[in-house]
Amino acid sequence: MTTTLTVPKVKRSIFRRPRATTGFRSWFTTVDHKKIGIMYATTAMVFLVIGGIEALLIRLQLAAPNGTVLTASQYNTMFTMHGTTMVFLMGMPLAVAFGNYLIPLQIGARDVAFPRLNAFGYWVVLFGGIFIYSSFVLGGAPNGGWFGYTPLTSSPISLGALPGRGPDFWTVGLIMLGIGSTTSAVNFIVTILNMRAPGMTLMRMPVFCWMMLVVAFLTVFAMPIVTVALTMVWWDRNLMSNFFNAAAGGDPLLYQHLFWLFGHPEVYILILPGMGIVSEILPVMSRKPLFGYSVVVFSGIAIGFLGWGVWAHHMFVTGLGPVAVSAFGLSTMLIAIPTGVKIFNWLGTVWGGSIRLNTPMLFSLGFIAMFTIGGLSGVLHSVVPADTQQTDTYFVVAHFHYVLFGGLVFAIFGGIFYWFPLLYGRFMNEKLGKVTFWLTLIGFNLTFFPMHILGLEGQARRTYRYSEGMGFDALNLAATVGSFVIAVAVLLLLVNILVSRRHGAVAPHDPWDARSLEWSVSSYPPPEYNFEEIPQVEARDEYWHRKYTEDESGRLVRLPSGGADAPSAGAVATLEPDGGGEGGAVVPSGGGHGAGGHGIHMPSPSYFPILMCAGLPVIGYGVVFQNWYLGALGVLILIVGMYAWALEPSSE
Amino acid sequence: MNLIRTARRGAKSPLILGLALTFALAVAGCSSNDNGQNSLKPAGRNARLIDDLFIPVLIVASVIGVLVVAATVVFAIKFRHREGKDDNPKQIHGSTPLEIGWTIVPALILAVVAVPTIATIFKIAEEPKGEVLEATVAGKQWWWEAEYKKQDKVSGTNIDQSIVTATEIHMIAGVPLKIDLKSDNVIHSFWIPELGGKQDVIPGRKQGITLYADEPGTFLGVCTEYCGLSHANMKMRVIVQTKEDFNAWMAGQQQGPAQPWTGEIEELTGATFACTNCHLFNDSSKTAYAPNLTHLASRSTFAGGVFELNRKNLVDWILNAPGMVPMQAKDCRLPPPATCVGMPSYTKDTPKGDYPVMTRAQAETIADYLLAEK
Repeated sequence: MTTTLTVPKVKRSIFRRPRATTGFRSWFTTVDHKKIGIMYATTAMVFLVIGGIEALLIRLQLAAPNGTVLTASQYNTMFTMHGTTMVFLMGMPLAVAFGNYLIPLQIGARDVAFPRLNAFGYWVVLFGGIFIYSSFVLGGAPNGGWFGYTPLTSSPISLGALPGRGPDFWTVGLIMLGIGSTTSAVNFIVTILNMRAPGMTLMRMPVFCWMMLVVAFLTVFAMPIVTVALTMVWWDRNLMSNFFNAAAGGDPLLYQHLFWLFGHPEVYILILPGMGIVSEILPVMSRKPLFGYSVVVFSGIAIGFLGWGVWAHHMFVTGLGPVAVSAFGLSTMLIAIPTGVKIFNWLGTVWGGSIRLNTPMLFSLGFIAMFTIGGLSGVLHSVVPADTQQTDTYFVVAHFHYVLFGGLVFAIFGGIFYWFPLLYGRFMNEKLGKVTFWLTLIGFNLTFFPMHILGLEGQARRTYRYSEGMGFDALNLAATVGSFVIAVAVLLLLVNILVSRRHGAVAPHDPWDARSLEWSVSSYPPPEYNFEEIPQVEARDEYWHRKYTEDESGRLVRLPSGGADAPSAGAVATLEPDGGGEGGAVVPSGGGHGAGGHGIHMPSPSYFPILMCAGLPVIGYGVVFQNWYLGALGVLILIVGMYAWALEPSSE
Repeated sequence: MNLIRTARRGAKSPLILGLALTFALAVAGCSSNDNGQNSLKPAGRNARLIDDLFIPVLIVASVIGVLVVAATVVFAIKFRHREGKDDNPKQIHGSTPLEIGWTIVPALILAVVAVPTIATIFKIAEEPKGEVLEATVAGKQWWWEAEYKKQDKVSGTNIDQSIVTATEIHMIAGVPLKIDLKSDNVIHSFWIPELGGKQDVIPGRKQGITLYADEPGTFLGVCTEYCGLSHANMKMRVIVQTKEDFNAWMAGQQQGPAQPWTGEIEELTGATFACTNCHLFNDSSKTAYAPNLTHLASRSTFAGGVFELNRKNLVDWILNAPGMVPMQAKDCRLPPPATCVGMPSYTKDTPKGDYPVMTRAQAETIADYLLAEK
């Protein structure tokens, strides 16, 4: 590192190194995990609104038989983009947003392991999202379903199975997003394994960090599989490679194995962060430790492992034969056990507590109830013969919305209310929050519960219209009404966020009497360097144990100091990030900095993550339109960005 | 252990009874939907095997679901913090017996569910015994073609000549219909809910399904794998008949056209509008790219089972099919590589040159010919 410092500054960079850490322009160059977390969240919320509008259009179309709001083609685009958006542009980035903001704070680190890579990952997600959506004006939006089954998606354009460039944008865009997910996952793994504060053993780590670690491993292993599958689709479609062309000896079913070998772990990539979030909120709001911490952690790991062995339950009617479907039926039943164990432990946490029924807690309790319903309908699918009736009907639509909306989205909404004071030093409006919760709960159940019945009664998925006289009318109308109730709730949430940032009630330090280290920072929002001194961790729920101890009967006793949460005046004086010293981007996990009391070295902002990332969509357009000049330009941008990045010291 | 006791007490509360009752009513309500496509109204062996497995598991799952949801609500209310209440709950970190208990109990429940599940999987996979009717059904974009090859395995039937039909599959009550499923385009899925579960139809793979039906009747189905633009318009029906009625239908299908296939009709459908590029009008024994129309009038629906077969619908369809069901075909008279997925419009988008626009009178001539071919 010191060798790079000897190079004169003026030759080192094409641009002058960005220095600003505040102001509009700083957002483009920041490598601060907290800012990047907020950027992830903002982007994901925008895509939540876009995906939500797509859902509303779908529901308007289906409000009555033979709907005419959308054409068949538009409808197919809407369900494709709703799924793609909610999975890749809302769910995953929102989970990464929480991980980005919270993991370093919860493990007592000053940033993630690779701050510039972190910024790069964000820009990939943003540019990838814009890239996919640009297809609406550049040659047809994706219309092959979020699952993109071959040979529909892989038939050459000239055969006309799916006209337009939609599947090309979809495959290339998802590969791009996969790059972003992989970088953030690698970053989380290294951060969690290497940068925990002294004393923060793995089994003292907050459950949210644990779940994000599992998710990161799942992501790292799952993304290459789907990348291969998508690449093969693109090759088949554009280069006649015939991977999935049965007439030329290919096998369309191979794609499904690849896709679901990614796709099922993906389900856990989406839900485990939600489980982590409620595992943080429930103990704090119940004033009790998490019931069975180690069991909750290990069941999360078990889910992560078992999640690789259940993919073919998405394929029970593809004709795998009775032995194979029996095996996958059993493995699917098996995964219900650690999931159930988690639910019982959450109930155990709540039981006997002193429960604050505020908005974060309401959403967390809603999570338990709704996710349970989704989990149980999942068990019904492990009963293979029953699944042969239910698959590809609205029953499945109901099932996975209970899991992903009732699970992930409820948890995230609760998490937003819970951590908002940490981000902005203010509470979100609690009355409005409760209204939001009840509207979400009612709207959600009104939308998705009837779909169970519709599926059993024979309504197929991905159909833009249904006939009169099938008895589907009333329940579909109910679902449409429910979807608009959800829309009102989301609108209220967004208004609440935007208004409360500036005008919310000011939050005191440690507003929830919380248990984990993120609340121990000196100010809300936390300073750029998070901790003046790297905390020394003595216990699980470290922050709680600085405030309380337990007597022999297991009752809480407040420690006389009233907690070690007030920052010492002495520490503040040494805080200024300076320009000298060794240029470590990575603040070591040891206590070297804290103990010594010398300056805190934070990674410097950089232009190059965004520059390097800007090459990716250019390559993407080159590939989609098979314009190799454009592709070469993109590669050039990428390489320039890469070299500039490599030659730039991470911190100066 | 208090936790369990509370849960037990909770189970007796009116809230839970109410929920359970609502649920029972909901299931009863939807099993009464008489739409011909209701998986909760099994009408044959396989569908009944599935239903007999599903309903008990559904009840177990519902009871567990109601208990967990109720526990969540009850705990939240019971243990909520109130002014003046002790805010110092006992700090419970966990309980090994409980952890073991709530791992083992669900595992046992699932083991109990697994036994009949696997038994049913193998029962449904059994080859049909005794007399079996055979057919080949092909998934097309976006309709189903059924072919009955010459066969004599079912006593008292007259299938001494192959026939091809579309959209409507005929079978005999009490005689299993063993179907070979195939596709030469994209993946479809064959589903007649009241007669059993689905089977995907994947290009290049050998796959099939056996339908069992107890009584004569008409059972509806839809394609359940997204297969492109008009996936929603790919329906079918199975018509279960007595042996006598089936034989009568089969005899009719085996006839040639009743009207002479010459003159104006041959000219219109051939040279003028190129219908015969894809359709067959005068030979019910062969498959074709598009539905075999030789005995169209013997069917009750057409166009992927979406429309009732009557003169007005048929004339409108011939004139401008994509106006009724979205399709993506260029004019059939254009030379390759014009794509042909579905039917073109003969009134809109007619290409310039030697391609006349179809008049209503011409469409009526074609429709009248077809409607006379029972």
